[in-house]
Amino acid sequence: MDLNILWFILITVLFAGFFFLEGFDFGVGILLPFLGKNDQERRVLINTIGPHWDGNEVWLITAGGAMFAAFPNWYSTLFSGFFLALFLVLVSLIIRGVAFEFRSSDSNPLWRSTWDWMIFTGSFLSALLWGVAMANLVRGVPIDAKMQYVGTFFDLLSPYAIVGGLTTLFVFMFHGALFLSLKTTGEMAERAMKAAQGIALAAIPVVTLLAGLSYFQTDLFASLGASITLVGSGAALILASILIRSRKAGWAFILNGITILLFTVSLFWGLFPRVMVSSLNMQWSLTIYNASSSPYTLKIMTIIALVMVPIVLLYQGWTYWVFRNRITEKNLHY
Amino acid sequence: MTELILSRLQFAVITSYHFLFVPLTLGLGVLVAMMETWYAKTGNETYKKMTKFWGKLFLINFAMGVVTGIVQEFQFGMNWSEYSRFVGDIFGAPLAIEALVAFFLESTFLGLWVFGWDKLSKKVHLTTIWIVAISSNISAFFILVANSFMQEPVGYILRNGRAEMTDFFAVITNPHVIYQFPHTVLSGFVTAGFFVMGVSAYHLLKKSHLDVFRRSFHIAVIFALISTLGVAGVGHLQGMHLVESQPMKMAAAEAHWETENPAGLSLYASIDEQGQKNNFEIKIPGMLSFLLYNSFTGEVKGIHELQNTAVQEYGPGNYVPPVASLFWSFRIMLTAGMWLVLMALLGLYFYKTKAYEQNTLFLKLLLWTIPVPYIANIAGWFLAEVGRQPWIVYGLQRVEHGVSTSVSMLSMLIAFVGFMLVYAALAAADLYLMVKYIKKGPEEADLDEHLNSEVKGASLWT
Repeated sequence: MDLNILWFILITVLFAGFFFLEGFDFGVGILLPFLGKNDQERRVLINTIGPHWDGNEVWLITAGGAMFAAFPNWYSTLFSGFFLALFLVLVSLIIRGVAFEFRSSDSNPLWRSTWDWMIFTGSFLSALLWGVAMANLVRGVPIDAKMQYVGTFFDLLSPYAIVGGLTTLFVFMFHGALFLSLKTTGEMAERAMKAAQGIALAAIPVVTLLAGLSYFQTDLFASLGASITLVGSGAALILASILIRSRKAGWAFILNGITILLFTVSLFWGLFPRVMVSSLNMQWSLTIYNASSSPYTLKIMTIIALVMVPIVLLYQGWTYWVFRNRITEKNLHY
Repeated sequence: MTELILSRLQFAVITSYHFLFVPLTLGLGVLVAMMETWYAKTGNETYKKMTKFWGKLFLINFAMGVVTGIVQEFQFGMNWSEYSRFVGDIFGAPLAIEALVAFFLESTFLGLWVFGWDKLSKKVHLTTIWIVAISSNISAFFILVANSFMQEPVGYILRNGRAEMTDFFAVITNPHVIYQFPHTVLSGFVTAGFFVMGVSAYHLLKKSHLDVFRRSFHIAVIFALISTLGVAGVGHLQGMHLVESQPMKMAAAEAHWETENPAGLSLYASIDEQGQKNNFEIKIPGMLSFLLYNSFTGEVKGIHELQNTAVQEYGPGNYVPPVASLFWSFRIMLTAGMWLVLMALLGLYFYKTKAYEQNTLFLKLLLWTIPVPYIANIAGWFLAEVGRQPWIVYGLQRVEHGVSTSVSMLSMLIAFVGFMLVYAALAAADLYLMVKYIKKGPEEADLDEHLNSEVKGASLWT
């Protein structure tokens, strides 16, 4: 296996990890105003992700850095092409990031509700926009022979892309609700479970619609691997929704996690060996070869990644172990 | 206005803004870790109070650094895609390594530190803050490795229409970063040292929480003194290096138009940028030679000669950066630096004579000195980055060839205005919280903690 393929896999893993981890804290952020009836309850909700959201976000920063280092043309075309969409993503990530840190630092109710809405808005937009971006990668966007994006912002808002956005939105909300039903107690956990059951009912048709549209709008199903993982992803979602009906939140969380992982893998598998599809001419697509760094750089980066990634997984895993207990109003941290 | 000007303006604002938060993170992390170390060693509750008080300020500042850092990483692709294509093979690597090696550690262990006060043993908890402090400085190293490639490209070959890495070791041991890293990190320590001294001075003036702020002052004064002298010393060596590696930057920073031997140092110059001369200047004879070569003789090439050399090397074009901005950035940095050295020495004197608490003038001066390192930091980056012009990668790519070609003026304008609005609002919120917690002092925070310590899981977040 050449290093270009390895780096493509690594970036898939980084995005899958990012969506899995940040997926539930996007979900918690979206559910915050609906599940948290008063200030105390909202503090409980935020504290479930308090120690983790920052570490989760580093998955995205690493994915960005890895794209830049391994596939500079991919990084350049994507970030300049999806300029306004990324601007919105950045603003969303900024406002929710500071909101987590700032909201409890002042007791003024207006201060708190402002930041709580920032958390909601930032999480909502992020969850939606990542789906839009991923759908556009697979469906293809206007890219010319010089690897330049030649469309506009509105070209990114095709019905397919919007369904893609709704998919991540609902799946992440489901993920967040399941996470909350595991990390809280009593009435709050009950409320989260109810919410999860409801969201699952909305998520299933959206994902089905996306799969259906993918058949007509993309060449995802031309790849056997992508087809199997996409169907697997849908099956895991259905299973998760059945499990949460019978109140098995732990298993439902694991299965919905599998939904997210398989979904991400499916999209990247469908792309492979391309990294961005040109809707103008297949020949103009960016691939893991024409977008990549030199073999020397890939070799250096491979050595560093193979050493560091397992270490990162180890200590991040450890933090989830340290904070494994459920959060109640009696052990609020801030 | 063009896409180029707008992108440059945005880069300047976004990067400077990000760097308002970074230096304090670099230094205050180390100071908080030191305070907690004393707490772990002595069990003295005052040190715990100190750790928590300064730790809270550290966290408010850290959050701002993190969120503005994401924009920092993404803006290369967004506004500077052609630059990213050209240097991605080299420039992307330190950014990815920074995330993998340092930023993951920093963020993950900060979460552990904040929420882990009674979930982790004293020793493990202490370790977490040291990991945060050290990894944030490692972060700085890799980011500066990336910046150093723009200043002084090494370890590369021009191939396939771009710069490709041939020697990773050369890239991370770039002579430029050997000076820039200690200069930047120590500036961060200076920022934190004077921040802690200034805030302590505020409370000493008000005679509140004397135990906490006396000790904080003692730690900070030594820390600031060592770092300030360090910055000055490294800065001197860095200048000697830059005159070799980026002579045009140094000549412009001195508004030094004609080659001279010995060369004088201008204290003041009225610069005519169009006419490429100084209408009026006050010079110390031989001083520039002395600063650059440690000897009162020594040729320092002037802007005109360097421009001619550059034309021969790179073809026709203007290779002179904006002279007046550089001249004054440099002087602002130096003046601020001298002020800080003076204050640090005074601090040591009053600390030794134990007279600082009575000297209200000195304490007030310290309070008003808090912004000075910030001014020096930003002026220093202006010198580094504006002095690189017209290059985006020194000698390899001109800045106008680095800007994105596929982004419309309107998109850029929307993003620029959007970022400015968001950043202005955040600055107001950040400043409000910082001032609030500084004024509040440690004890009330502790009171909250007493309320919370009845229930399991009390921590810093009171």
